[in-house]
Formats: sequence, structure tokens, C-alpha cells
Amino acid sequence: MALERLFRRRRAQGEARDIPELWVKCPKCDAQIYKKDLETNLHVCPKCEHHLRLSADKRIAMLADAGSFEQITGLKPTDPLGFVDTEPYPKRLERYQKEAGRPDAIVGGRCTIGGIESVLLVMDYAFAGGSMGSVVGEEITRGIELAAQENRAVVIVSVSGGARMQEAALSLMQMAKTTLALDRLWAQKLPYISILTDPTTGGVTASFAAIADVILAEPGALIGFAGPRVIKQTIRQDLPEGFQRSEFLLKHGMVDQVVDRRRLKETVARILKLLHPRTVNHAG
Amino acid sequence: MPLEFEKPIEELEAKIAELEGFATSSGVDLSGELQVLRERLAQLKSETFGNLSRWERVQLARAPGRPTTLDVIGGIMSEFVELYGDRTYGEDPAVVGGLARFEGTSVVVVGHQKGRDTKENIRRNFAMPHPEGYRKAMRMMDLADRFGRPFIAFIDTPGAYPGVSAEERGQAWVIAQSIQRMARLRVPAIAIILGEGGSGGALAIGVGNRVLILENAWYSVISPESCAAILWRDAKEAAKAAEALKLSAPDLLSLGIVDRIIPEPSGGAHRDPATTLSNIKQALQATLAELAGLGPEQLFEDRYRRFRGLGRYQV
Repeated sequence: MALERLFRRRRAQGEARDIPELWVKCPKCDAQIYKKDLETNLHVCPKCEHHLRLSADKRIAMLADAGSFEQITGLKPTDPLGFVDTEPYPKRLERYQKEAGRPDAIVGGRCTIGGIESVLLVMDYAFAGGSMGSVVGEEITRGIELAAQENRAVVIVSVSGGARMQEAALSLMQMAKTTLALDRLWAQKLPYISILTDPTTGGVTASFAAIADVILAEPGALIGFAGPRVIKQTIRQDLPEGFQRSEFLLKHGMVDQVVDRRRLKETVARILKLLHPRTVNHAG
Repeated sequence: MPLEFEKPIEELEAKIAELEGFATSSGVDLSGELQVLRERLAQLKSETFGNLSRWERVQLARAPGRPTTLDVIGGIMSEFVELYGDRTYGEDPAVVGGLARFEGTSVVVVGHQKGRDTKENIRRNFAMPHPEGYRKAMRMMDLADRFGRPFIAFIDTPGAYPGVSAEERGQAWVIAQSIQRMARLRVPAIAIILGEGGSGGALAIGVGNRVLILENAWYSVISPESCAAILWRDAKEAAKAAEALKLSAPDLLSLGIVDRIIPEPSGGAHRDPATTLSNIKQALQATLAELAGLGPEQLFEDRYRRFRGLGRYQV
């Protein structure tokens, strides 16, 4: 579910709080980090290794080979249900678009990763907490279809509170649509790597993010189906330490590896090279 | 126990019954008065049930006495053999499945199962499945494919269980797998939403070539209560959320999310289960006939196209 209130709270906790411009405080260990150091360290705290949230654009810069990214996304959301809660959905969309600087919660394109022709799709937490409505579902689907057509690998970086409530059942259907699209890729033996980042919950986890050939998670990311608040309300007990974090999922067999962000690109590139049918299989 | 908006009707019905009893026992002719009251009852019913709000429909979808999956299987199919367990971890009573015969054809069935009383509801976890339930459903899909039998899924869940045990065992993973498994079926697949279609927990067995819905059932990405708790910060605003979510059968038909509405008797399925069952039977027969001409690959492609087209956006 798109737990927007949770997003707002987590945005406050999870992202660097700016102290006079040049310095950033780590939300986990409170260390004062020189902003430039943080950026060269891919927004991983040099003191405690906490992975701070990374913007979609920085993700692309980090994963795609330099100069190779060619954007394919750009669909715009509509208000198919005339959804009004405490404010009309179009008003919210306007605000999200301004905050994120893009039409919806996803950006993607053709690129090479370690030289492998790929389609890279990255969700954007800055847009409504990365919630999945029709646009996210359609862009993911189109990206996968394009990869199948052009013999490319697929890499999807997820960060999402889940399906978008303001598009209700249409958002739900995106879970089916994206999942079905992956079959086109499988039919051609093209690899798909799913990267789970903080947080990935709800309808995104329960669809394309969970059925990849290889699933990688960043350290300490919250990953699950139901959000912790909902679970706490249901069972009326405190949740176990580390519950629904990447390391918990690794222990329970749900992800292939927990990978430090600073080794993420080389890990992704290595897997793609090992799996991609067009890479040469050296003897010996 | 009548629903809130049913109370005036129940009161009037009771009054008429009382008056009829008095007329019979006393011999006093009250036919004039009774005639007036019966007309008022008919009018009240058509006003109430002819103009249900989305929130009132949600209450009908949850009404005690509404036919459950096992009621429907028992009512419209024969030779039911229930199959238990997920062959991996356990048996989840929130999902039932097995083999049955429908109008001469052997079929594979699966569905969320609510309890008919509190005790059974607790045993069945109020039809909120754990991962084992979805793995059981996937086993049924395997059976349907291997033996070329139509696959019929009955949806009636508030949602997949949001608990520690379910998360530990990969709730999100099995829902995604079940969606994918159902999409890959090479046999006719029909999903029928009987009552509640709560989010991913419902969709996991909802990837049919055709998706049918009972007139007062609901299907959405979140329950009205949870939606209200998040967007209005008050679960008591569920009625508003139900309106905003456009979760009713006619809404879903116009969005292309369901293909056919199965009519319910006046006042909802729980007031006349027999008629409801016969309506479900008719709709299922007609839908199976529609799909009868399609071969295995055509069925797969038909389902792919159906879901590929869902969503609204601007280029």
C-alpha cells in the first residue's frame, strides 16, 4: 500500500538532514560527514556504512556505463477515478512532479552495464514514495518488452511503498501486467536482475521485484509485503529486531545476496556477463 | 443480525408479520392496512437496494450468510475431492482447493475460504492466507495444466495475512509467483470474485482469461478501512474511501478490470443464496463456453493481452 504518511516520516529519518550546506549528518550514527565525501562514497556513511537513500539520477549514474544511458520513459499520469481524499489526486500529482522533477515515480532507458546491452529501470522515491500506478506499471512493462525485442538484459532498481491508492484497482492490475511481461524475457533467456533498496514493500515486492533471475538487496533495506506498522497493528506485539531488513531476508532465503552499494555495479555486471546468452563462453 | 441500512426493512417486515398473525388469530380484516404496508415495504426495498452506496455494497460483500467458496463448490459442482497442503511447509485452511465436476466437465478449483461462524473464521484466519495457501493454489494450477482441466478460482479475502510468520516465509514472493503461475496456464482460467477482493492477496488467484464479479462484491488495491486510515488518518472514514476507490462491480466493469457482473437477488446474496448460486452457475457455464474454442497457446495469449491492456496514462 502507498503508506504516504510513513513515507513522509521515513523521508525525514532516512535522508540526510542538511546542516549548513557542506556537512551532512548520518541519520544512523549522527556522524558529521563532509558532503563531497558522502557523494564520492555513493551516499554510504564512511563511519557506520549506513546506506543513505540515493536519488534515481544518481542510481543511473552509478549503474550505467558512463555516457551510455538513453532515456525511454516519459509517460504522464492521469486521474482515471477522479480520486479525492483530503485533496484531489491531480493536485498531489502536481506537487509530486515538482518535488521529483519527473512525470511519475520511474525513470529508465537503454544503456550498457559493464558492456552488456541492458534496459535499466529505476524507481524514484522522491515521487510519492515510489508508489506504483498505471505509469510505473506501463513503463516497467514497456522496458521489459523493449529488452525482449532488442536482446537486452533487464535491471530494475525498486524503491516503493507499494501500489498507488489513488488509482486503486488499476494500480493493482500493474502487478499482473509487469509480472506477465517478464515471461517475454524468459522466453528469450535474457537475464533480469532485481535490486531491492530501502524501502521496497507492497505491490512492487509482490510482483516484478520478487521474481527475478537474481535478487540483490542493499544492506539494511526494509523489504516486505505488509508494512511494519500494519503488521504491528495486526499482531499487537513488538516486531523482532531486524525484522524485514535485507539481512533478515537473506537468512530466510528470499534474496540471493546483500550487496554493499560500492560493490553493486561490479556485482551486477558480473552476473549479467555470466548469464547473458550473447557473451562468449571462454573455454578453460 | 441485520446490517445497519437493512434495519428499517427488517422492522417493517416484522411489523407486517405481526399484523398478519394478529389478523389470522383474531379474524379481524386488516387486508387494507396490510396492503399499504406491503407496498411501503416494496418501495423501501427498491429505494434501499436499488441505490446502494459503495460502502453499503462492501457491507453486503461481508454479510454473514453470504455464500463462501465451499458453499459455491458444493452448490454448483459435484464429486468434489478436496486436496490439502502445499507439499513444502503446511496446510493453510484460508485457501481450499481440489477437483470437482461442473456440468459434466472435470475442473480444478481453488478459493479463499471464510468461516461460516466465528470459530471457523478463526480456524481459517478470516480467509487471509499465509504463503502456504498460495503454494497450495499453485499446486492446483499445476494439476489443471497437466491434465488439461479448466481452472476456476473463487476470490473472497480481505487480503493476504499481514503477519510476522507470513513475512518470514515470503508472502510477497509467493504472491508474485502465483500471479506468474496463473498467467502461464494453458487451460481456460476463470476467476470469480464472490465477496471481498482484497489487493495482492486476491490478485494472486485472479489472473483469469475472464474475471467475473458478484454484483455487490468489491475488488481493490486496499480495503476502504486501511485506505481511510492512511489518507484520512481515520479508519472511520471508510465510507468516503469506498467511494473514492471506485471498488464496486459496475466501476470495475467500466474500467475493464472485470468482464462480467453476476447479478445478486434483491438485498444481496445472503438474503437468497439459492438464487445466487444458480446465477453463478449460469455465468460460469456461459464463460466456459466462450473460451471453449481456444487452444492452449491461444488461452495463454488471450490472458496476456487482457492484462497487458490495463492502465490509464498519457503519452
